[in-house]
Amino acid sequence: MKTEHRLGFLFISPWLIGFVLFTAGPMIYSLYLSYTASSLLSPPQWVGLENYQRMFADPIFYRSLGNTAYYAFLGVPLGIVLSLGLALLLNTPARGLGIFRTLFFLPSVTNTVALSILWLWLLNPEFGLLNSALHAIGIEGPLWLQDEAWSKPALVLMSLWTVGGQMIIFLAALQGVPRELIEAASLDGAGPIRRFFAVTLPMISPALLFNLIMGLVGALQVFTQAFVMTGGVQPGSEGGPNQSTLFIVLYIYKKAFQEYDMGYASALSWALFVIITACTWVAWRFARSRVHYEGGGS
Amino acid sequence: MRLPGEITPSGRVLRIGLVYVALVALSTLFSVPVVWMVSSSLHKLPEVFAQPYQWIPEIPQWSNYLRAVTILPVPRFLLNTIIITVPVMAATMLSSALVAYGFARFQFPGRDLLFSLCLGTMMLPGQVTMIPLYILFARLGWVDTYLPLIVPSLFGSPFYIFLLRQFFMTIPRDSEEAALIDGASRLRIWWSIIMPQARPALATVLIFTFIGTWNDFFGPLLYLNSPEKATLTLGLNLMKTQVLGSGVVEWNVLMAASLLVLLPNVILFFFAQRHFISGISMGAGK
Repeated sequence: MKTEHRLGFLFISPWLIGFVLFTAGPMIYSLYLSYTASSLLSPPQWVGLENYQRMFADPIFYRSLGNTAYYAFLGVPLGIVLSLGLALLLNTPARGLGIFRTLFFLPSVTNTVALSILWLWLLNPEFGLLNSALHAIGIEGPLWLQDEAWSKPALVLMSLWTVGGQMIIFLAALQGVPRELIEAASLDGAGPIRRFFAVTLPMISPALLFNLIMGLVGALQVFTQAFVMTGGVQPGSEGGPNQSTLFIVLYIYKKAFQEYDMGYASALSWALFVIITACTWVAWRFARSRVHYEGGGS
Repeated sequence: MRLPGEITPSGRVLRIGLVYVALVALSTLFSVPVVWMVSSSLHKLPEVFAQPYQWIPEIPQWSNYLRAVTILPVPRFLLNTIIITVPVMAATMLSSALVAYGFARFQFPGRDLLFSLCLGTMMLPGQVTMIPLYILFARLGWVDTYLPLIVPSLFGSPFYIFLLRQFFMTIPRDSEEAALIDGASRLRIWWSIIMPQARPALATVLIFTFIGTWNDFFGPLLYLNSPEKATLTLGLNLMKTQVLGSGVVEWNVLMAASLLVLLPNVILFFFAQRHFISGISMGAGK
């Protein structure tokens, strides 16, 4: 091998070794485990498709899928609309907007457990700020996390508070839209709404696609909030009233690390992997023809 | 004559005024939870439940913070978190920079394919690997030690490899070539020519790694069983479980503890906002 080649491989060898040890190897092993009955103590027993058959007949699996879909399909679009709205406001040619950017961005760079505890208190039905504010305007607030119907909207509400990262991505994209284009559209008689949909939105469509896909991938893997906020004092109680916040990753966690049902949990995690890949692919396919990239490349 | 889509000067002032009003209203909504958190953390317990709520406590109860760090061994949690975070930051930065240099400066068969593979693993959901990794670390006897949380950082992290490679590509090759002619090794060139020039990008890597490790919940939750080995984030959840399980929930103490855990993030953010923004924009711009 040429020295240049050897040196190149030597430099990337940490990642290459890590990829085999911590990504590729475990993925193959996890696929194997999903065809076995396996606890932590006994060696895996091959059971063929049994875990997958069990999964398709498992009402809690469907419940967790439904919860996750609800959270993702409600939270991601709302998050995109909110973060884009904030970015548009911040993209106004006016002075002193830095402080607002900081205030919007700050909640998203902090600790999910600490924020979950804060929201647990905010959403407290009796003494929480949210219901106190609602009470002040004459509305009796719901029980939020203790109510099957309101526990997921409560978590979506919390997720809207942490859209700062998406907002920064939109803001960077908006700042890249050439002013001449907007002005040209103005001269052609396009009003602000027309300009937004005909010029700005196509120009920032790559950022939109990125936020959509990353938002979906993140929402489908939601875990910490649900674990911290809907877990009671007893381990195993996580998942909220009538399992309304039992998301798929939480279900995998409980199966794998509370019940040590490693084979079944591996099958569940492969189902999640397929779902995430499929969602990403659909979003990508749907968007590909509609996304505008600078320079006309694909 | 005015063109149809154009805005008059007075319309422009009105528009900017409306933007300010909207920004003030929205930023108030975003900030109120934090203000309430600080307010709650300084109240006596009965005042926390008082209706109507007094935003400013009569006498700030700083002792809540003392209770927050003594109800569970928080100084120990802090030490544990530092023991994990510091080596992870150093190892992630060095290993990612080595790999990034390899991808940025060498020609070798399969390089572009491997780089795409590296980028692809960024999108991989961790759930497909967490069970085998747990079994692996359990077999090695590493459960309830810090090793599962530290050792993987020796092997580079795809996002930082990507970020640093992009940065290295912008560094001119002239001084490297001169050093090569002088007989310097590639490792030496990487360390004494490339790394010093890449300081801004390395700072971004360090900051993101700090935030990621300091606030990590899932890793410590899986691997650290003994309460005295907990990190701050894991310990905060232990505290939540303990406090919620007691008769009257001490929300004031929970808010004080949560604020203490948030504090390093907020301080770092104010000093390095630029790095946060550039790191996030880099991630989206690929």
